[in-house]
Amino acid sequence: MNLLEISNLKKSFENLDVLHDISLSVKEGEVVAIIGPSGSGKSTLLRCATMLETMDGGSLTYLGEAAVTSDEAGRACYAPAKQLKKIQGYFGLVFQNFNLFPHYSVMKNLTDAPIHIQKRQKEEVYAKAKELLVKMGLGDKADYYPCQLSGGQQQRVAIARALALNPSILFFDEPTSALDPELTGEILKVIRQLAEEKMTMVIVTHEMAFARDVADRVIFMDGGYIIEEGDPREVIENPKEERTRQFLARFSS
Amino acid sequence: MSFSTVMQQLMSGMISTISIFLLTLLFSMPLGLAVAFGRMAKFKPLQWLMKLYISVMRGTPLMLQLLVVYFGPYYVFGISLSGYSVFAATIIGFSVNYAAYFAEIYRSGIESIPAGQYEAAKVLGYSKVQTFFKIIFPQMVKRVLPPVTNEVITLVKDTSLSFVLAYAEMFTIAKQISARETSVMPLFVAGIFYYIFNLVVAMIMGQLEKRLSYYK
Repeated sequence: MNLLEISNLKKSFENLDVLHDISLSVKEGEVVAIIGPSGSGKSTLLRCATMLETMDGGSLTYLGEAAVTSDEAGRACYAPAKQLKKIQGYFGLVFQNFNLFPHYSVMKNLTDAPIHIQKRQKEEVYAKAKELLVKMGLGDKADYYPCQLSGGQQQRVAIARALALNPSILFFDEPTSALDPELTGEILKVIRQLAEEKMTMVIVTHEMAFARDVADRVIFMDGGYIIEEGDPREVIENPKEERTRQFLARFSS
Repeated sequence: MSFSTVMQQLMSGMISTISIFLLTLLFSMPLGLAVAFGRMAKFKPLQWLMKLYISVMRGTPLMLQLLVVYFGPYYVFGISLSGYSVFAATIIGFSVNYAAYFAEIYRSGIESIPAGQYEAAKVLGYSKVQTFFKIIFPQMVKRVLPPVTNEVITLVKDTSLSFVLAYAEMFTIAKQISARETSVMPLFVAGIFYYIFNLVVAMIMGQLEKRLSYYK
């Protein structure tokens, strides 16, 4: 069974079609990298998958449970709120701008949702949060506030915050685009480590070398279409489509 | 007339002034939040109604509003309310007026919170209500504190407007004594009182700002 199943996803903003009939499935333990130029619809795809944007057409299923089904005309029909809330817990999202809660300490950023939303035991949540912080190399930062941390540290807190909810799949929306090359390295190292632990991930990124080395599959998008997808080495080093070649020409130095 | 007698007579007025001030804050601050919600509502008629309310409250003199609140029920609608005191009218008048100003300050604060905060909260599973009270409201409070301080300080001085209803707050009493004794001293003392009151207010608000400065 696929962990994530998107079929025939359509999305437009005021007559501008952003996504045309996108289908994508992700298996457990798989790491999928989505690459492509700005405005190609990569982020919108991620935002539809995480229900931050509403889909116009198509279906969206997590672990066999439908969040969105399409009717005969292909229009998207959302499941009842209760079902959506349950499905919400299956995925996590790491943003480009971290979006940590500035008024909460690092620890509270990690523990507030597990305790108050998932209603888990405090002791267990705190133990898990500490473990995650150590793993992110932030074991001594539990009592800091986000503004006291570097961008790379903030993004690692954001990753830990997403993981604290025990998601089945983690989405990354250009997680290193707001960081300098040195801090980018920090984040990529963490994601690489998660990949080794078989965390299921979908990563929108501009880091081609990283996508090639870490992903099991690369998807190249342009103009709201999936142009090419497949083995990372094949797609990045030996693309079949002319548009993919054009795009990647700028990266191969 | 000695300074101490003036002080004694002004004392009860001071207590009235402080009561108007505290009660107005107590009512207008939450009411302002409700008005801000209405002003930001997606339901257009409610939004228009709140816009009109804010526009009238900000666009007409507070002194006139106090007169309308006190005399309006009887002279406009012919309703004579038993037990409707000058004090009640004063509190209602000030509260509805200040709520309009607070509403706009809150709105600016709420709208200044980046969309990313709402999105992060949604993905983490917070409901709309939880998102507002746990994530947005605390950050809004920090952001609106300086303009709220301005309003609160203005309110201290505006309490003197209740002399139009001849309510015996400090300014009304100071004017009476001043006229009777043909001396400016009571008004001078009143001025000093307002100034000290505001020093205290500014100090408290400053402390509050300091307490919230642990994050950016």
